[in-house]
Amino acid sequence: MSAAPALIAQGNDSLREAFGKALTGLADEFPNVVVLDADIAGGTGVHHWRKAYPERFIQFGIAEQNMMAAAGGLAATGLIPIVTTFAVFCLRAVEQARLSLAYARRNAKIVASHPGLDVGPDGGSAQALEDMAAFRAIPGMTVISPADPIEMALATRAILKFDGPVYMRTGRSPAKRVFGDDHIFEIGKGKTVRDGNDVTIVACGVEVARAIEAANSLVEEGIKARVVNMATIKPIDDALLAKCAEETGCFVTCEDHNILGGLGSAVAESLSASLPSPIEYVGARDVFGASGEPEELAQAYGLTAPFIAQAARDVIARKKKN
Amino acid sequence: MANPIPLRLHPASSAQKKPIPQNLISDVMAAARYVRQHAIASIYHAGSGHPGGAMSCADVLASLFGAELNFWADNVSDPHRDRFVLSKGHAAPALYAVGAHYGFCDKRESLALRKLNSKFQGHPHVLDLPWVETSTGSLGQGFSVALGMAMGLRMQKSQARVYTLLGDGELQEGEVWEAAMCAAHHKLDNLCAIIDYNKLQSDDRNDNIMRLEPLTAKFRAFDWAVIEIDGHDITAILTALRRASSTSGRPSMLIAHTVKGKGVPYMENVPTWHGSVKLTREKTEDALKALGASREEISEFLA
Repeated sequence: MSAAPALIAQGNDSLREAFGKALTGLADEFPNVVVLDADIAGGTGVHHWRKAYPERFIQFGIAEQNMMAAAGGLAATGLIPIVTTFAVFCLRAVEQARLSLAYARRNAKIVASHPGLDVGPDGGSAQALEDMAAFRAIPGMTVISPADPIEMALATRAILKFDGPVYMRTGRSPAKRVFGDDHIFEIGKGKTVRDGNDVTIVACGVEVARAIEAANSLVEEGIKARVVNMATIKPIDDALLAKCAEETGCFVTCEDHNILGGLGSAVAESLSASLPSPIEYVGARDVFGASGEPEELAQAYGLTAPFIAQAARDVIARKKKN
Repeated sequence: MANPIPLRLHPASSAQKKPIPQNLISDVMAAARYVRQHAIASIYHAGSGHPGGAMSCADVLASLFGAELNFWADNVSDPHRDRFVLSKGHAAPALYAVGAHYGFCDKRESLALRKLNSKFQGHPHVLDLPWVETSTGSLGQGFSVALGMAMGLRMQKSQARVYTLLGDGELQEGEVWEAAMCAAHHKLDNLCAIIDYNKLQSDDRNDNIMRLEPLTAKFRAFDWAVIEIDGHDITAILTALRRASSTSGRPSMLIAHTVKGKGVPYMENVPTWHGSVKLTREKTEDALKALGASREEISEFLA
């Protein structure tokens, strides 16, 4: 457990590119993997795969419902289909994922790029802020949102080794490096990336880097914030959350997602069954997105480090009142 | 198209030119009769279910399981078996009945339709009954799953074929047309879809809900090999299935003209019996009599 790191580097890799490259590198290890695309391979990162393994790449055209259900058929023949599209179009095929993948318990993976406000200029229609909530509610569906390119590569291998349906978020914009090459990713396990006992900041995806930034800024005020990278939203790491509740007594959750139904809800559900603790939620506050650069949007919607730091101060104050 | 796996050419074997043997036709007719009787009995026991569409597709199902599919009770996990997907999942009682007739499930057990702790849910579920191949009940999805199976089998160089049965009302789902375009684009000639075209759907005639015609022209325009048949003429069904299996470069669509409620006079062509309906004992006995069940068979079904 490192008590330190600021960000390792301002990596030039987006999570989607990191996914596409990692997946392509795993083609020999997982000969049954086939990749499904709905005319956006250039955007989801799987253009790397298409170039290297055209015979294991299936084009479905702009028809996500058919692609999602067809993945169930491909899985039924023993292949491991990777359904790739934007997160917002995964929402369009939620019911296909429910019936033909999860209910039938198929070993299929949905990898969604362009989640959240991180999409940027394409605007509110393209920014899925509801996807984790929708997929989390499907029985048997594992939901993952890695934080940086290193973790994305590890998570890609982990979901291929895992037997069962998975929904995994990547990301559009260049992602900051959070982890070193020695990082270990395990489905269902959160990871404390910075220690502290005043408050626990639980984050996933692009918010992990912002949470670390917030924790660094709080040091000047004498606040020691613990930061937990909760890359698996479902199943959530109940044991780690209970331990954090005992040791820090209050929480801030951070996600590029609606605060209803996603990471914040998962954390609240878990803590309410172990050690109920004050929580402040950082995320989209039940609103749609809008056009703008990702950083501008993060600022406008209250997702940046200063907002997380303020949420930490607020929740610590609530804890002290109790 | 990215997929370089060469297309499989179906051998137009000499057997396919031979007439279909009469005893096979009689066997399938007997199976279809049993399917209708068993489905009516299970819907009676359940107190709900969709009888109309189960009656209309009985001949097609009996033909597939009795004479076409390379799929038997003893090879349900053979990777090279042919697949059948009931995309119109609400016709589950007919699927369970044909399964019971051909030994995929127990005849008695499968009468426990729609009951708590029964494997025979209101719509087929693959974790309960592996031989149903996938879970269906949301219209349009079974068609896409079948398409995915056809792709997967071809990618793995299997000779197995995939069959799926759709309802006519089901064609109003947009996903059906996504799949129709996709199967033709990928030249999935190992895929054969059949439409149970009984002209009625849940509330009313297709024509009054959402017109389907010109249906043959629609699928021809999507570049499918389309064959129109009388869906109650076993010889016609088997002949069309043979033609479909020797079609290369295109998926096949059999448009089977059927009568909703076929075989049960009071149900024929009456949309009310799309169901989910409750069958009284009297109505059930009438139906079983009309379907040729003997007094002993009726009391056994209703016990």
